Amino acid sequence: MISRLSLSALLLLSLGAVARADDMPVIKVEMRDGVIVPAVIEVPANARFKLEISNTGQSPVEFESLELKREKALAAGSTSAIVFRTVDPGTYDVFDDFHPEAKAKIVAK
Amino acid sequence: MIGAFVIAFREVIEAGLIISIVLAATRGIPGRMRWVLLGVAGGLAGATVVALFAERISDAFEGSGQDILNAAVLIVAVLLLIWHNTWMSKHGRELAGELKAAGEAVRSGQREAAALSIVVGAAILREGAELVLFLYGLVASGTSGADIQFGAMAGVGAGVLLSAVSYLGLASIPSRYVFSVTSVLITFLAAGLAAQAAQFLANAGVIDVLGRTVWNSSALIAESSWPGRVLHALVGYTDRPTALQLTVYVGTVVVMVALMQWVAADKRRAVRTA
Repeated sequence: MISRLSLSALLLLSLGAVARADDMPVIKVEMRDGVIVPAVIEVPANARFKLEISNTGQSPVEFESLELKREKALAAGSTSAIVFRTVDPGTYDVFDDFHPEAKAKIVAK
Repeated sequence: MIGAFVIAFREVIEAGLIISIVLAATRGIPGRMRWVLLGVAGGLAGATVVALFAERISDAFEGSGQDILNAAVLIVAVLLLIWHNTWMSKHGRELAGELKAAGEAVRSGQREAAALSIVVGAAILREGAELVLFLYGLVASGTSGADIQFGAMAGVGAGVLLSAVSYLGLASIPSRYVFSVTSVLITFLAAGLAAQAAQFLANAGVIDVLGRTVWNSSALIAESSWPGRVLHALVGYTDRPTALQLTVYVGTVVVMVALMQWVAADKRRAVRTA
């Protein structure tokens, strides 16, 4: 009962959090069997933006940044996005959790 | 092959450690194995559905669908774990004593086991979706060699084995103490899951306060290292906690301890007046 209530409260809250997506800059990132392109991902600081990640390789990938506390697993051939509300100016490490040798940086300015 | 082994192993123990604690915590409840297996099956089915619809889920709520789903799954697990610990502080001793008089405890124990089967399902749903994606990707792509597929399957096997060993370790604790140990483990486990849920809600933009990072202990124990990952799975360790995560973590511990104390005191009163 309690969980059902909190779930519906959660859904209501999240509906409130939905904002217009059209005015958000979209930054594209490509991941391909252990390579992240570009190696330096430039994003706007202190602003909403959408990171659109495409897995163009043959194996699954997982985009992950511990500093930004984000992760997203992608099957081969799929594309998905992470919406960032606000990122402080700075440099953040990014890696592919399924290909640990693949590294990149997000630079927010 | 080593890479596939390590990744599969890692993903399995993250859910496996939670399941081994739940199994140890439900010792003495008849039929619990059935409930736990039901939870495992339900969690795997759910994880497969999540992996299949990953893109559509992500696109829901303006790109926050995955965060909202993760938060909801974690919140359900946390509420049930809080309920479990509260229940155990009342009935744990009866179960540990294996008394015939524990009939009442056993009857409500069925409901209890059902609740924990949902916790198991939630743990697998949360951690399993990535594993399903990873394994399915290896098999379906057809480009990975037999050695990689073997490595992944061996990783799953080793992960299940380590989870079983940690369960046997917990189960070998004398029954007088086992519920005290699992109560402490479950309190920290629930607090860690609650803090993760709070972070998912912050990522989705639902919560927009206390976002400041309080400390950075990544030089001491990096979250991506083995000790970091195990601590993360067990007690919700994170090397750069935000004020929000810390608040929710401490708040969950306080609420759980207070509820357990209150129920235990209530029971003592009832025994005295009877």
